[in-house]
Parts: sequence; C-alpha cells; structure tokens
Amino acid sequence: MGRLTAEISFQRSDSDSETSCTGYAFLPSAGYRVLVFTTAVDCVNDLFAARLQMAISLGFHIIFAEIGIAMPLMMVIAEWRWRRTGDAAFLQLAKRWANGTAVLFAVGAVSGTVLSFELGLLWPGFMRLAGPLIGMPFSLEGFAFFLEAIFLGVYLYGWDRVRPKVHLAAGIIVAASGAASAVFVVMVNAWMNTPTGYSLDSGGHLVDIDPIAAMQSPAAFQQALHMLLAAYAATGLAVAGVHAFMLLRGASPVFHRRALAIALAVGGPAAVLQPISGDISARVVALTQPVKLAALEAQWKTERGAPIRIGGWPDAAREQTRWALEIPYGLSLLAFHDPGAVVKGLQSVEASDRPPVAVVHLAFQAMVGLGTTMALVALWAGWVAWRRRDVAASRRVLRALVVIAPFGFIATEAGWIVTEVGRQPWVVQGLMRTSDAVTPMPGLIVPMVIFTLLYVGLGAIVVALIASLVRETR
Amino acid sequence: MIGLPEIIAGIMVMGLNAYVLTGGADFGGGMWDLLARGPRRDAQRTLIAHAIGPIWEANHVWLILVVVILFTAFPAAFATLGTVLHIPLSLMLTGIVLRGSSFVFRSYGARDDLSQRRWGRVFAIASLLTPLLLGVIVGAIASGAVGAVSPGAESSSFVAVYVAPWLSPFPLAMGVLALTMFAFLAAVYLAVAAGDEPLRDDFRRRALGAALTMFIAAFGGLVVAELHVPHVSWRMTHGIALVLQAAIALAALSAIWSLWTLWTRRYAAARVAAATQVSLIVWGWVIVQYPFVVPPTLTLRDAAAPSVTLRLLLYGLVGGGVILLPALAYLFRTFAATERRVDRMPEP
Repeated sequence: MGRLTAEISFQRSDSDSETSCTGYAFLPSAGYRVLVFTTAVDCVNDLFAARLQMAISLGFHIIFAEIGIAMPLMMVIAEWRWRRTGDAAFLQLAKRWANGTAVLFAVGAVSGTVLSFELGLLWPGFMRLAGPLIGMPFSLEGFAFFLEAIFLGVYLYGWDRVRPKVHLAAGIIVAASGAASAVFVVMVNAWMNTPTGYSLDSGGHLVDIDPIAAMQSPAAFQQALHMLLAAYAATGLAVAGVHAFMLLRGASPVFHRRALAIALAVGGPAAVLQPISGDISARVVALTQPVKLAALEAQWKTERGAPIRIGGWPDAAREQTRWALEIPYGLSLLAFHDPGAVVKGLQSVEASDRPPVAVVHLAFQAMVGLGTTMALVALWAGWVAWRRRDVAASRRVLRALVVIAPFGFIATEAGWIVTEVGRQPWVVQGLMRTSDAVTPMPGLIVPMVIFTLLYVGLGAIVVALIASLVRETR
Repeated sequence: MIGLPEIIAGIMVMGLNAYVLTGGADFGGGMWDLLARGPRRDAQRTLIAHAIGPIWEANHVWLILVVVILFTAFPAAFATLGTVLHIPLSLMLTGIVLRGSSFVFRSYGARDDLSQRRWGRVFAIASLLTPLLLGVIVGAIASGAVGAVSPGAESSSFVAVYVAPWLSPFPLAMGVLALTMFAFLAAVYLAVAAGDEPLRDDFRRRALGAALTMFIAAFGGLVVAELHVPHVSWRMTHGIALVLQAAIALAALSAIWSLWTLWTRRYAAARVAAATQVSLIVWGWVIVQYPFVVPPTLTLRDAAAPSVTLRLLLYGLVGGGVILLPALAYLFRTFAATERRVDRMPEP
C-alpha cells in the first residue's frame, strides 16, 4: 500500500471562447495523477471564488440551522415527558440535549451572521436589485431569530430561575421560532428560483414591486416544507444514530432508550414524508424551472415520454448521458404524472444558459438515494417499535441507524447543491446572472480560503466537543 | 423633512444604539477578561462569564436586525458598504465567529485549565478585535472616504478603493474610541452586577480608567478629524451645528454625570449615565452624517427602497417590536445579576 497523500491541483486552460478548469489528484506513491473533475468555469477566478465562499458558508450554516430547528423540539419533548412522568432519565436527557443545543446554536448564530453580511460582501449587485423585494422575509426572520435567542437564554440558564411552565414554554418558543426562521429564509431562496412580485421597466429595474407577493412565489410552499422535513429528518435520525451507537456499546440503557425513542419520533415521520414532499418539489421545478429539471435528471434532448435515469455520467461535450439505468417513461410520469408528457431538455437553451449538469445530476441522485434509504430505515424502525414495543430490541435496526446517521446532513448538502447549482448561471432565475451580481473586488480567493479554514477548524472543534459531551453519558 | 426613509433610518440607529449598549458591553466584558488581574482575577472572569452568558446571543441579534434593515430599506448603501469595506467587514465577521464560538466552547467544553485558558484567550482577543473593526468601519463611513471611491473603475488601484478608505487615521481613531466606549460600558455594568464590595470596587476603578481613556480617544478623534477629514470637522461647526452642539453638550454633561456617580459609588445611576453618554455619541455621529447614509454622495433618500417596501418594513418592525421588547425585558429581568448571587453554570 502506497501512501494515500493526494495533492489537488487546479489547471486552467484558456481556449478562444471559454475558460475551463480541471482538478487533478496527484498520488506521489503511484506516480500518476487522476482526473477528479473538470468544469466549464474558471475555478480560480473571482466569480468562482465568491460562489465557493457562499456555498461553503451556506453548507456550513445549514447543518447548524437544521439542528437549531429540530434539537429544541426534542429537548422540549424530553422535558415535557419528565414533567409528566417524573422519570429522571428524561430530565437528564433534556439537560444533555440542551447543552448540545447551546453549542450548536451559537455556531449557527455566528455563521448565520456571516451569511447576512456576505450577501453584501459577495453579491452587492443582487442586493441592490432584490433587497427591497426580499428584505421583508429577512426582517421577519430577524425577529424570529431574536425570539429564539432570547428564549434559548431563558431555557438554558433558567432551569431554577423561572417557573416550570414558563421554562417549558420558553423551549417551545425556541423550537417554533427556529422553524419560522427557516420558513422565512427559504422564502427568499424560493423567490430566487421563481421570482414574482415585480415588473421590469425598460432599464431593467424592478418596478411595481410587491414584497408580499414575492414571499409567496410558486416555489415557496414546497421548498419550505422540504427544508423543514429535512431538518427534522436529518437531525432526528442523526441523534437517533448517536444513541443507537451508545446502546450498541452497552451504555446506560434507560437513558439512551428514552433518547432514541424521542429522536425517532421526531426524525422518523419526517423521513417517511420527505419523499412525498420531494415529489411535490420536483413537479413544481418541472413547471417553473425546466432547465433545472433537465439538469437534475440529465435530460439533454426535449423528449415525449422521457425516461428516468438512475446513475449515469452526463457528458457535457457530447451532450448525452452515458451509463445510466433508464426506466422508460419514468421522468414524464414522475414530473408530470403523465407517461406521454414532453420533458424539455438542456438543449432547449444555449449552452451558456445551462448549469453544470454533472454536479447537479450526481447531487440529485445522492439526495434521492440517501433520502430513500432514510425513509426505509425509518419505516423498519417504526415496524420494530410497533411489533416489539422497543426499537432497541433489534440490534440490526440499531446498526442500520448508526450507518444512516450522517445521511440526512449529506442529503441536505446535496439538496442545496441541486437547488443552487441547478439554477446557475442565474442568481435570480431568468432575471439576473450570478456574474452580474458579484462584487467588483478582486482577489476573492483570499477571503474564500480564510473562511474555509475558519469553518473547517470550527467544524472539527464542534465535532470533538459534541463527541466529548456524548461520551460523558456512558 | 421627516418621511418614511428617516423614520426607518431612525429605527435602524435605535437598533445600532441597542447593539452598542448591549452587544458592545459584551465585547467590553471580553476585554476585561483579557485584562483581568489582581487578587480577584478569577472572580472577575467568573462575573464576566455569568453576566454575559444568558444574554449575549440575544444582544448579538441587534446587529443582524441593523443589517437586515439596512439592506431592505437602503439597498444601495448596503451594496456600497459591502463592496468598499469588504476587508474590514470580513475581518469583523471573523472576530464575531471566534468570539461567539470560543465563548460556548469555554462554557461547555472540557473543564481542565488548559482548554479553559485557551478558549478564554481566543474569546478575549476576538472581543478586542471586533469592536476595533466596528469602530474603523463607522469611522470610514463617517469620514466620507467610502462614498468618495468608485469600485470597479479601471483607473483606480486596489489599495485606493479597498484599503485606503478605512486604513487611515480617522477610522483607526474611531476604532480606538469604540474599544474604550465598550470597555467603559462593560466596567460600569459589571460594577453594578458584582456581588461583593471588593469586586465592585475593581470594576469601579476600571470604569474610571476607561472613562479617562475614552475622553482621550474622543479628543484624539476630534484632532484627527480636524487634520484629516475636512468633511467631519466642517459638519461639526456648520450645517446642523445647533443640534449637533446640543448633542455634544449633552454628551459632555452625561460624561460628568457618569464620572460623578461612579466617584460617589452610586452604581445604578452610573449605569444610566454611562448608557446615556454612549448613546449620545452614537446619535452625534448620525447627526454629523445626516442626510447622508454614505457621505458625501449617497443620501438617505437616494438610497431608499420604494415606499411600499419601507411601509411594509415599518409595519413589520412595529409588529416585531411589540413582541420583541417585552420578551427582551423579561430576559433581562430574569437574569438581572444584582438580584441574586451568581450561581453555577447549567450542568446536567
């Protein structure tokens, strides 16, 4: 076995028309380099650096945002069970989960602050255009976040300072405002996908703006639903996986059984419902963003009765998808509920108006695959819980829960890649290109690298800290 | 003329004022953590951690609210500031991230001395860096340098557009002023919160020292403004000079008031005096700039979003405020540190 140290190198090649970027992994021991990816965009230019910084900031924050939505709910349920039953394990659980929430919420709060500034630091053109129209949900989110922070303070530090009912209510407010924050922020993203609530004047400015209509863009409902379910499913099953792991290791069975039950009660139903929400999402995308649908399904030609592709590699040069398992009529059936429906292909628009297909298609496949697995494991765990009255009775279910613990977060990242990369080259679909939104400041690779290192470091510390909090429960 | 843009801007400045009085003091607490010494060093640090613990997350949200109002109501100003001040804003964000995360890592992480000290150090240094940059950013805006450059123009160099507007004497002087202001506020609040007389006296002496440093910084800032920023010193003597001079006079009076109350150990009154004094400095800056949001080019009215946005935002802010302010009052009342002795951190 040679050493597996790999060096990633970027190479740009400038041809007449476009700049491409290729990444290689160099394996010193083997003495050859392996092609890792190739993109149609220049990876060392400022636009790419800005996109990468935004993607990394969002990708980092979204994990903590999801936990900030679902974890308070679980902690409140645990406290409520303790107050109802007097079972001390529930109290211990509520306090343990609250400690974890405190750490994760703080990291979520500061990374969210970074994002709100980055809108102006990286995308001033976007904010100049869209600020007045999409500022409203952001302000509402601000207030929701305020309530969340206030009552999290009351919850964490108020165990013996406020009355029991007030304490429980504080936790409920934290959980509810976390969910509300998510809905408001996703409304903005939905507007970027399906912009509404304005008309354009001859100079390309938005006129007759209607911020309330912009909050109710066609994608808003399904995206918010999908995000909320994702938060509960990802967090609930991740926490279930942690406690399943501790049970397999033989750690304090009563405590971890209680924890597992609550985590599954929150994550399981969400995971089972998520594929349905995904189907609603895909149908809205099919109607409103046909190019994104074509990219996520790697559909090059406009076709009647289009097949659905499982796996496969979209080859942008030849404009075809190779090595995919094709199920005839599948895509027309799923996207339009009609086997004969016409599905628009990527070729229906200029190459310059297409997103990077391979990334979007693979991310979509990953999201669907992981989400389906989570739903199946959740059903299985539910079946065992119903038949044997105790999920922990089956070691096989416990093992499966451990395996799928990170799936929800990976699927969330994949889902954001689908919705964000799938919209490129637009920052606001059909209205503004990402390249027109970016800051004129040069050298954006520097802040990108700094924030990446900061987040990598923070991520490692948080994981170590949470692991030590978990180890204490043995 | 007072219209919707002015009302929204007024609410935004109130938000900033609240951030300075609450979040600013939290940063000041971090500075006193860094400067903790003497026989009661550990007690000082414990007091700071307990005073900040339950409220800093909420205090921090004021900044987010200010940013959200800015980009909703004055998007052109937000775009300009984000572009020209990219570097100090990014550095400030790094400080915010490190301050917040190191504080929880210290509170919930390993209890051993080494990790406590390590996170304490990061927390304290980030608490120093962030307000300095915040002051630099405000100083750069006030100096008129941010509004004077045109980013994206081929003719101007990187340094001229993205560095020079903030890396100059006046913004740096404002950075130092912000540091001293926050340290002063924190020392006064901590003197109120301290459980016993020796600890209280520690912070009383620190508050007096910080007040003195703040006067020197403010005076230095005026001198630098006179030398380097004709725009600011011009405003000091002309234009809406009367309002401004009233604000300055009030600030001076409240400065004397806060010194006197500190000297005579009337801490509750000192807290009010200190908050008044610092608030007047914030509003003084706003009066200096008015009617510009990014002087000398972008006025409040030029930068304002369409009135439909401003109106909706106003409804949102009023509605949100009705829920928010009682909740905040409840939070502060619950954790008013004077009422109870400081007890331990939540532990399972």
